[in-house]
Amino acid sequence: MSIFIDNDTRLIIQGITGRDGSFHARQMMEYGTRVVGGVTPGKGGQKFDETVPIFNTVEQAVAETGANASVIYVPPMFAADAMMEAADAGIPFIVCITEGVPVLDMTRVYPFVREKGARLLGPNCPGLISPGKSKVGIIPGRICTPGPIGLVSRSGTLTYEVVFQMTRASLGQTTCVGIGGDPINGTSFIDCLAAFEADPDTTAVVMIGEIGGTDEQDAAAFVKAEMSKPVVGFIAGQTAPPGRRMGHAGAIISGSAGTAAEKMEAFEQNGIAVARRPIDVVQLLRQQ
Amino acid sequence: MNIHEYQAKEIFRAAGIPIPPGEVATTADEAEKIARKFGGTVVIKAQVHAGGRGKAGGVKLAKTPEEARDAAERILSLTIKDLPVKKVLVTPAAEIATEAYVGVIVDRASKRPVFMVSPAGGIDIEEVAAKTPEKIRRHAVDPRYGLRSYEAMELGFFLYDDVKQARAAAKIMQQLYSAFVASGGSLAEINPLVTTPSGDVVALDAKMVVDDNELDRLPNLAALRDETAEAPSEVEARNASLTFIKLDGNVGCVVNGAGLAMATMDLVKYYGGEPANFLDIGGSSNPEKVVAALRIITADPNVKAILFNIFGGITRTDDVANGIVTATKLNPLKVPIVIRLTGTNEEIAVKILEDNGFVAMTDMDEAVQKAVALATGKKAA
Repeated sequence: MSIFIDNDTRLIIQGITGRDGSFHARQMMEYGTRVVGGVTPGKGGQKFDETVPIFNTVEQAVAETGANASVIYVPPMFAADAMMEAADAGIPFIVCITEGVPVLDMTRVYPFVREKGARLLGPNCPGLISPGKSKVGIIPGRICTPGPIGLVSRSGTLTYEVVFQMTRASLGQTTCVGIGGDPINGTSFIDCLAAFEADPDTTAVVMIGEIGGTDEQDAAAFVKAEMSKPVVGFIAGQTAPPGRRMGHAGAIISGSAGTAAEKMEAFEQNGIAVARRPIDVVQLLRQQ
Repeated sequence: MNIHEYQAKEIFRAAGIPIPPGEVATTADEAEKIARKFGGTVVIKAQVHAGGRGKAGGVKLAKTPEEARDAAERILSLTIKDLPVKKVLVTPAAEIATEAYVGVIVDRASKRPVFMVSPAGGIDIEEVAAKTPEKIRRHAVDPRYGLRSYEAMELGFFLYDDVKQARAAAKIMQQLYSAFVASGGSLAEINPLVTTPSGDVVALDAKMVVDDNELDRLPNLAALRDETAEAPSEVEARNASLTFIKLDGNVGCVVNGAGLAMATMDLVKYYGGEPANFLDIGGSSNPEKVVAALRIITADPNVKAILFNIFGGITRTDDVANGIVTATKLNPLKVPIVIRLTGTNEEIAVKILEDNGFVAMTDMDEAVQKAVALATGKKAA
């Protein structure tokens, strides 16, 4: 098994004709993801690459294709509307790849999506992949391999690095999830940890965090209280100076709250094995 | 994006918040003229994107225009946290009975805008939070309704017993919330919000941070950016769509992705080196970005070795390789370079690099160790 996506995922792509949307649509189709439709207002009735039907609205796409997931590649100023459109159309799983979504937009999107009963992953995230089954987003398929490890991360390329090292060491994955680095995102570490705990095929979990906020500390407490499976953790930003923004809006540290040291300590205190280097994740997984 | 106090005050004033008059001066002469116009005692305040400007000597009282001139001259010669002071705000000194704090931020935990208010204002709010947390009240706003009147009154009564003052503060908080939302704020703050001896409630300071992601749709706010108040290297990086933060070490780092960039810096430290910077070239690959990145990094005389760590996903490693070749042809490097790249179009990238006399590595740990050894003059472990 896997979490959130599998062979039954029927995906539509919002922004399928855009530069990023079209490139990644092809990558996902090549990987084997069931892409059942695309949405680009004004291009309804056309076909993408002569195979995927395009619709003007998400509502039409859902009615015609029975889609149960959507991935969003629209520009940042339109992303909030796209997320709410997908939720309003009854899509239960929405992934927003778009980077640069205003955080005040997210204060409105988050409660809306929840009220509609949908799960949102992102924004500003690489998406997720259940190796050998389906990928939604931009994680390169060839660095992953099927296996028993679940991975959840706030980062993009750092996730690739860790997954790649795991794959090279023959430690395959059930699902790799990038939750994104923005201050307000739809799916938390805890949501993913709970899903991995419930997934019978996942035997251990890797959690990759960053400086800023307290999500990792909350997740560590959850691991101790609710999880029977072993968890290995890594935190990026040990050398980050306090109070500076390091690319992700999420990576802001003010004073002592949210430092790497604080998070690593929270991991250790709650029984999470802490990797000092990305490569140490492999060794620690072998010890579990 | 940070904006200056005087800019934040203009925004707050336009929203209806009572704020004493003030004018900006860039020279001591101008400051003197403004002080003469206002008459009486004035305050001269450095306009700089750094906290703790009071402690750094950036805020002074002046009883006469001549004193204002001297104070402005001294403040305009200051450098506060590496940022030179280019402007001062001159404003009449207010008589103060009490000082309170009012702020609104976007809170990650509740995923909402949250008001934070305290009757113990005028000092660092972190200090109040640490020493007397009972003097701070927080209130999460439902963004669909904004700060409702009764909510604002609850906060107003937390600050003041007097109903008139509580009502005045409530109105100010609703106005602050409107300004915060309309300006795409991630933080808006009044510290101190004061009462005068005659009982008026007035904002004496103003701070606002605008969410960078809002600037595309808020051109009026984007126009407030003062590049002269920012570190030149960070301005150049932003104009090239890079995220760059200068640090004090000697290993210059060029990485794609913020998380991997931080992990790379951490690994530099792990192997006994010190990173010279954080630099994220972002997702989309464009040789021009690499050229800009190398120009910024090599401008730092502390840099003794340069480390590229690229994990190609969206980023095409051949684009990065082409950027390195172009940049080093334009400006030959004076320090050694270590290049690690893997992922999309790796074979092409390695060939480009090797054809141009560079060595390409694929393992992150090995590359970092080599860069640290080159920077410190010690042998790699």
